[in-house]
Amino acid sequence: MTFFEFFAQNRADVLDATVEHAVLVLEGLGLAVLIGLPVAVLTYRTGYPRAAVLGVAGLLLTIPSYALFGLLITPLGLGNGPSIVALTLYALLPVLRNAIVGLREVDPAVTESARAMGMGRLRVLTTVELPLAWPVVLAGLRVATQLLLSIAAIAAAVNGPGLGNLILDGLATAGTPFAVYLTLEGAAGIVVLAVLFELLFAAVNRLTTPRGLGA
Amino acid sequence: MPEMTQSDTPQQTPGERTMIRLDKLTKRYPGQPGAAVEELTLDIPAGSIVVFVGPSGCGKTTTMKLINRLIEPTSGRIHLDGQDVTRIPVHQLRRRIGYAIQQGGLFPHRTVADNIATVPKMLGWDRARITARVDELLEMVGLDPEAYRGRRPGQLSGGQQQRVGVARALAGDPQVMLMDEPFGAIDPLNREALQNEFLRIQARLHKTIVFVTHDIDEAVKMGDRIALFGDGGRVLQYDTPERLLADPADRAVAEFIGAGAAVRRLSLARIGSLAVPGPPVVERAADAQARAAALARAAESGEEYVLVVDEDRRPVAWLATAGARRPGEGPAAGEEVPLLTPMGPGHTLFDALDHMLSSNASAVAVVDGDGRYRGVLGMDAVRTLINSQALHTADGSKLQEV
Repeated sequence: MTFFEFFAQNRADVLDATVEHAVLVLEGLGLAVLIGLPVAVLTYRTGYPRAAVLGVAGLLLTIPSYALFGLLITPLGLGNGPSIVALTLYALLPVLRNAIVGLREVDPAVTESARAMGMGRLRVLTTVELPLAWPVVLAGLRVATQLLLSIAAIAAAVNGPGLGNLILDGLATAGTPFAVYLTLEGAAGIVVLAVLFELLFAAVNRLTTPRGLGA
Repeated sequence: MPEMTQSDTPQQTPGERTMIRLDKLTKRYPGQPGAAVEELTLDIPAGSIVVFVGPSGCGKTTTMKLINRLIEPTSGRIHLDGQDVTRIPVHQLRRRIGYAIQQGGLFPHRTVADNIATVPKMLGWDRARITARVDELLEMVGLDPEAYRGRRPGQLSGGQQQRVGVARALAGDPQVMLMDEPFGAIDPLNREALQNEFLRIQARLHKTIVFVTHDIDEAVKMGDRIALFGDGGRVLQYDTPERLLADPADRAVAEFIGAGAAVRRLSLARIGSLAVPGPPVVERAADAQARAAALARAAESGEEYVLVVDEDRRPVAWLATAGARRPGEGPAAGEEVPLLTPMGPGHTLFDALDHMLSSNASAVAVVDGDGRYRGVLGMDAVRTLINSQALHTADGSKLQEV
């Protein structure tokens, strides 16, 4: 049986797993944005707090993914819970760091003008700083997404969803005729997702970057 | 003066009313030995341009930012039109004070129109009024609204950005404007044009303006009054440009003004306000006999040239006398030499002298606001004027068309 014959048989499973994988990544990314963006806004103009959150986020990224998923079983059990939380933690650094860098790169003369014209703190943030920082923030999301797409494969180890299950099945049945096919399907699914997300980000970047920012 | 007839409102004499009063203002930053601003007391009259000038780090920008509370003072009070600024909600206060800085500080992600509309939008103006205001301001600063309102700041030159910056600061029709080196990042030629245009706008609007610069020439040109700052945020002298140049309060002031104060004073003396000798002229239509008579009269009194005017008495050419002839060069007696630019009432003695030196002429023709003959300024006349008391008391008000 060739790879394509095999794929024709289980393509429904592969498609399900791919959709689950994408959803899992988006959930992790979404949570990371919900946490990372406010933290960036609160800390980007400070000294020690900013260094501290960047340090913690950097440290999280160095924990081997197998270990992190495993450690999260104790508080969160198996399945979706630890998978989403682990991915969130990994995405924090790129999201947080780019948001902080983007906000800090806004020309101080521009924000000072905004304040001097009578804009309040929140208005300066939402109408001046965040729009100007947006291309950098978006680049952070893009990096985080690529990172999560590959790490999400580990979720299968804690009974999580996604393409990791195909890879894990392949590894578990190593030596059988279809082991390589399964692993190949899992990996190919991730590559296809990565390309699709790249295209999506390119489109979002084009549509949402304010004109006049050299985009 | 005829050049002021364009003003919407009759010109106020600057100094009638105090618009901004700084009262024993002090600003200290923690961990720094000296004060950034120390016990500063200053009255800024309504409708005039007060220039804060001084070396970098002298506290002039800090003082300016204290006025709209971008920086809060350590002690002291600021009154805006009789009201303590700390009693006005800070956002309202700032919407009443225009703010323009070097390179404009424009929002790069917004169009020129949106940039200018920032304060009117916050003030809750309706859309039609904002649109009309934006176009009015663009025209005022010399940018065609059709061509520029939809552009982004990144598509403008430095000078154009600066113009939009000034327009944006004026948008909410504030009584007071704070300007921090607004023309600092512009090349000298454009800078001069912008300065002149700004003075022209100010002659119409009569805003109370605090203008920060480190350039004494710009201070002398723009200021109705100049506050010269020394180290540690103290004002060494607060005076009109004429008095600052003629009578520096101490050595530090004299040093900052530097050499050439006498020459700078020339640029404060507008020809329109000076007595100019008016030697006889000859009409272009006059016949040969009348010309010869005029030449003979001029030669007798030692003049080298006689001015030729047209039927509206506008100077058109110089007529050389026998005295204009130098060995080997110069025109023959009776020859007409074309007249270069005459000096109008808005020109200064500096312009006249500059013109004489650069065109190798011994005199310039002086005209009134309509271009009609008023007199002739020669080197001797300029020298007499420099030495006369007339220059010291010359009306140096900046509120006139340039």
